[in-house]
Amino acid sequence: MDHDENMAVDTEEFKSEMLTRYPAKVAKKRKRQIVINQVDAGEQVPEILANSRTIPGILTMRGCSYAGCKGVVLGPTRDILQITHGPIGCGFYSWSTRRNQTRPETPDSPNYMTYAMSTDLQEDEIIFGGEKKLKAAIDEAVALFHPKAIGIFATCPVGLIGDDVHAVAREMEAKYPDINIFGFSCEGYKGVSQSAGHHVANNKVFTDVVGLDDTPKPGKFRFNILGEYNIGGDAFEIERIVAACGITLHSTFSGNSNYQEFISAHTVDLNTVMCHRSINYLAEMMEIKYGIPWFKVNFVGADATAKSLRKIAAFFGDKALMEQTEKVIEAEMVAVRKVRDEVKARCQGKKVMLFVGGSRAHHYQELFDEMGMETIAAGYEFAHRDDYEGRKVLPNILVDADSRNIEELKVEKDPERYKARKSEEEMEKMKTEGFTFNDYRGMMTEMKDKALIIDDLNHYEMEKLIEKYHPDVICAGVKEKYVVQKQGIPLKQLHSYDYMGPYAGFVGAINFYREIDRLVHSKVFKLTKAPWQDSPELTANYGWTN
Amino acid sequence: MIAEAIKTKSPSRSYTSTRNACKLCAPFGACIVFRGISGCIPLIHGSQGCSTYIRRYGISHFREPIDIASSNFTESTAIFGGRDNLELALSNVTRQYKPEAIGVTSTCLSETIGENVPMYIAQYEKDRSEREKNGGSKEPALFYASTPSYRGTHMDGFHEAIYSVVSKLAGTSVASENVEEPKHLNLISGFVSSEDLRELHKILSSFEMPYTLLPDYSESLDGGSWEEYQKLPKGGTPLESIRRMSSAVGTITLGESIPREHDASAWLESNFGVKAARVPMPIGIENTDAFFSQLTEFTGRPISQKWMDVRGRLIDAYIDGHKYCFGKKAIVYGEEDFVLAICSFLSELGIEPVLVATGAVSDSFKSRILSILKKNRSEPLVMDDADFVTMLEKAKDLSPDFVMGSSKGFYLAKNLEIPLIRCGFPIHDRMGGHRILHLGYRGTLNLFDLVCNTLMQIKQSSSKIGYTYI
Repeated sequence: MDHDENMAVDTEEFKSEMLTRYPAKVAKKRKRQIVINQVDAGEQVPEILANSRTIPGILTMRGCSYAGCKGVVLGPTRDILQITHGPIGCGFYSWSTRRNQTRPETPDSPNYMTYAMSTDLQEDEIIFGGEKKLKAAIDEAVALFHPKAIGIFATCPVGLIGDDVHAVAREMEAKYPDINIFGFSCEGYKGVSQSAGHHVANNKVFTDVVGLDDTPKPGKFRFNILGEYNIGGDAFEIERIVAACGITLHSTFSGNSNYQEFISAHTVDLNTVMCHRSINYLAEMMEIKYGIPWFKVNFVGADATAKSLRKIAAFFGDKALMEQTEKVIEAEMVAVRKVRDEVKARCQGKKVMLFVGGSRAHHYQELFDEMGMETIAAGYEFAHRDDYEGRKVLPNILVDADSRNIEELKVEKDPERYKARKSEEEMEKMKTEGFTFNDYRGMMTEMKDKALIIDDLNHYEMEKLIEKYHPDVICAGVKEKYVVQKQGIPLKQLHSYDYMGPYAGFVGAINFYREIDRLVHSKVFKLTKAPWQDSPELTANYGWTN
Repeated sequence: MIAEAIKTKSPSRSYTSTRNACKLCAPFGACIVFRGISGCIPLIHGSQGCSTYIRRYGISHFREPIDIASSNFTESTAIFGGRDNLELALSNVTRQYKPEAIGVTSTCLSETIGENVPMYIAQYEKDRSEREKNGGSKEPALFYASTPSYRGTHMDGFHEAIYSVVSKLAGTSVASENVEEPKHLNLISGFVSSEDLRELHKILSSFEMPYTLLPDYSESLDGGSWEEYQKLPKGGTPLESIRRMSSAVGTITLGESIPREHDASAWLESNFGVKAARVPMPIGIENTDAFFSQLTEFTGRPISQKWMDVRGRLIDAYIDGHKYCFGKKAIVYGEEDFVLAICSFLSELGIEPVLVATGAVSDSFKSRILSILKKNRSEPLVMDDADFVTMLEKAKDLSPDFVMGSSKGFYLAKNLEIPLIRCGFPIHDRMGGHRILHLGYRGTLNLFDLVCNTLMQIKQSSSKIGYTYI
C-alpha cells in the first residue's frame, strides 16, 4: 500500500474508533461532522454537517453570539464607542486590548479600544428593567467623549427582561441628533456559535452605518477588505503592500478601522473578502444595494498574497497598475524566498493540524504548504457548510431554527447610490476569461484526499488525534494551547497569534516561517522528558539499596 | 446630574456606567474553586460563551488548561428552560471525564429565567441512585453554586462555591463513625496564587497536624508537563478530606469580607461545633503573626523555629529598606481582602496608600481600611464599587509614587507615569503571575523586595549622575 492508501485505512479506522466512545445519539451526529476528504471532478467534496448545535457537556471551542458581534466584528473599530448592556462579566471579558491593533490618525484622535464601558446590571435592574440605566450610560458616554457613533451590545438577560436596545438607541439618537446610535441584539444564546453574532453585526453595520457619507478617499483604485481584523498588525502589512502597488485601501472591516471609513465604504469600486465566514453577508448586501462587486482574497501566505494582489490589479484592469503590482511582488519575494528556502529545508514533511475560526484553518494551510508542511487534519469552530465545501452548496443548505432566528435582510438597489462598477458585458467577458466573482471554493476543495475534516472539534477528539497522529504542530486557540503543550506538542494560537505577528502579507509570511521553525525545532519541548525517563534501569538501579 | 437619575449603591460612585471594571463576574470565582477540588470539573449552566470567556480569561493568568463544561443554552432553551440541557451535560461530562465531582454554577441567563437548579440536581441525584442500584457505576458528587453575574463579584462566586461544597459534603464521611480520627484542622484560603497555596501547605505541615486546605489549585492550576494525557489535571482538595471538615478542631478562614450567609466556617460551627476563626490574609507582619497565633491556638503546637527565623529576616529587611519606603504614596486596588492585607503591609513600611479601591460593593470596606491606615498622615481616599476610569480621575491630584495590584491597573499606571507593581489577580502581561508569593513571612518578604526595588529603580533612573549604590 502506498502512503495515501495507508492513510485512508487509518482515517476510516480512526474515525470509527473515535465514534464508538460516544453514546449512539452523539455518535450519529458527530459522524456527520467528521468527514474524510475526497475531492472529485467538479470540486465535489463529501457533505459535512456544520453550524449545528454543540451537544451540552461536550467541551467546545466555540463562543457566543455576543463574542462574535462585539468581540470580533465591531470590537476592532476604534472610534465607535461600545457599551455592553448587561451584567459585568461579558463587558469585562471582551475588553479589547488583547489581539486587535489599531493606529489612530493622530495622537489625539479618538481610540476607545482600551475603554470597556458596561451598564453592569444589578439585580434590581434585572427585575425592574435596565433601559433607564442604559440611557444614563449613553448620557455619560456623550458627556465624556461626544463620539460620532455609539454601539449598544445586548448580553443574555437583556432580551429576556424586556429591554429593547433598539428603542433606546432611537430615543437617544433623537436626543443627540449628531450621534449615530445603534443597538445589536446579540444575546449570547442566539444561534449556535459566534457566527450568529457576526451576522447580527453585519446587518446593523449595513443598515445603520455604511452609506451615510458619499465622500470617497483620494485614489484611482479604491477597495475595501472585509473580514480583516488586524490581529498582530496584519492589516498594517496589507495596507503597506497595496499602497506600494498604488491601490487605496479605503476601509478594512474592521481591523484598524474608523467610523468615517465605514460610512463612506460604499464609495469604493471593489470589495474583497478575507474571512468569508464572518462577513460575506456584508459583501453580498453591498453588491445588491450599491453595485460593488466582490471576490475572495487571501493575504495569508506569500504566494496567496501575490495571487490576491494580481487579481485585484486585474480587476481594475489598468496596465500601469498591473506592472507596478508585479514589481512590488518581485521585490518583496526576494526576502521571502531567502527565508522560505532556509526554513523549508528544516520543516519539509512535518505534519500540522489546524482547528480554528471560520476561515483561518483554511488560510494558514497556504503558509504551511509554502514551508513543505502537510495539513493532515483541519476544521473550523463556527463555520458553515459553504466554508468547507464552497459557495456552490449555498442553495442546498437547510436553514434550521437556530439560523432562522437571525434576521435575513431584504436588500434592494439604492435608487441614488447604486452604480454598476463594470458593465454587464465587461463582467461577462471577465468571467469567460476565468475571472471569478462572489467566489469561495471552501477549505475541503483545496485539501488533500483522505485528510480528516472535523467540525467543532472537542477536547476528547483532540486527545485522540494527538495520540494517533503525533502532529509536529497544532494551530488552535488559547483554550487548547496548554492542554496540547503539556503533552510536548507546540501549539500556535491563530486567534491572538500569541500576541505576535503580523502573519499576513510578505513580511507576515517571513514572520510565520520563522515562528513555526522556532516551534517545531525548539529544545524546550524535548526537555519535557528527563534523562532517566528514557532508561528505566537507571531509576531501578538508584532505587536498589542492597 | 446624570448619575442621580439612577439609584447607585455606593456613595463613592459618580458614574452610573462601569468604565473599565475592577471586578469579574461571579461564575468565574466559582469555577476557580471547583478546579481546586480533586477530580472536580466546573459546569456552567447557561450559554456556552460564559464557559469560553471564563476559560480564556483564567487560562491567560494561569497559563494552564482549564476545562469548564457548559449546558449550551440556545434560544429555545432560554424560552423553555434548561433542565434537559443540564441533565444531558451532566451525563456527557460524567461519561467523558469520569470526574469525582461536578461543580455546577448558574449564570445571569439561567437565573433570569428562574431555573430551579437545586431541584433539577436533586431529581438527577435521585434518578441516578436508582441507576447505581441497578448496577450502574458510581457517579460524581454534584455541587451547585448560585452565581448570577448581576449580584456581587467573582469573589462572591468564589465564597459561594466553597460554601456549596462544604455544606454538601462535610459530615458525610462514612468512615468517620468507626475510626478514631486524629485531630485535624481546616483552612479556607480565599483567592490566592498557586504559589501561596504551596506556601500554606508548608506552613500547615510545620504544625504537624493533618489539615484540609480548601480550595487547593496549587497543582491543578500549576502543574508540570505530562507524560500521558490527563483528562483533569491532578491535585486539588480530596473529597474525603472535605467530608471530614465537620470533625476538625477548628476552621481558619483567610479574609474577613465573606458575607456570613456564604461563610463555610460559620456553617461548620453552627452545624458541627467546629470553632471558626477569621483572620486577615497573612500579608505583612501583623497579619501573619495573627495567622500563626491562630494556628498555634488550634493545633496547640508552637511556631517552628524556621518561621521565626524568616520573621527575623523580614524585620531585618524592613529596617534596611525603610528609608526607601517611608512617606511614599501608593494606589492599591483589587479584591477586598487582598486590598485590606496589602494596605496593612504597606502601612508597616511607612508607605501611605492614598487611594484604596475595590470593585465590590461593601458597606464595611471604608471603615476597615481607615482602621488599618489610622496612622496615615492624610486620610486616604477609599472607594468601594470602584472602576479603573474613576480611579484614574481621582488619582491625578494625589501624586502617588506607585500602583500596586493586577495587570488591569496598567493604564492607570501608564497614565500617571508611575510604576505598576504586579500582584494579585489577574496578571496576563508578565510571566508567572500565579507563582507570585504574597502570603506568610516569606510572601511578605517577596512583596517587600518588589516594592523596595521598584522605588530604588525610580531613584536610580531619575538621577542623571548614574549611581550604582542607591
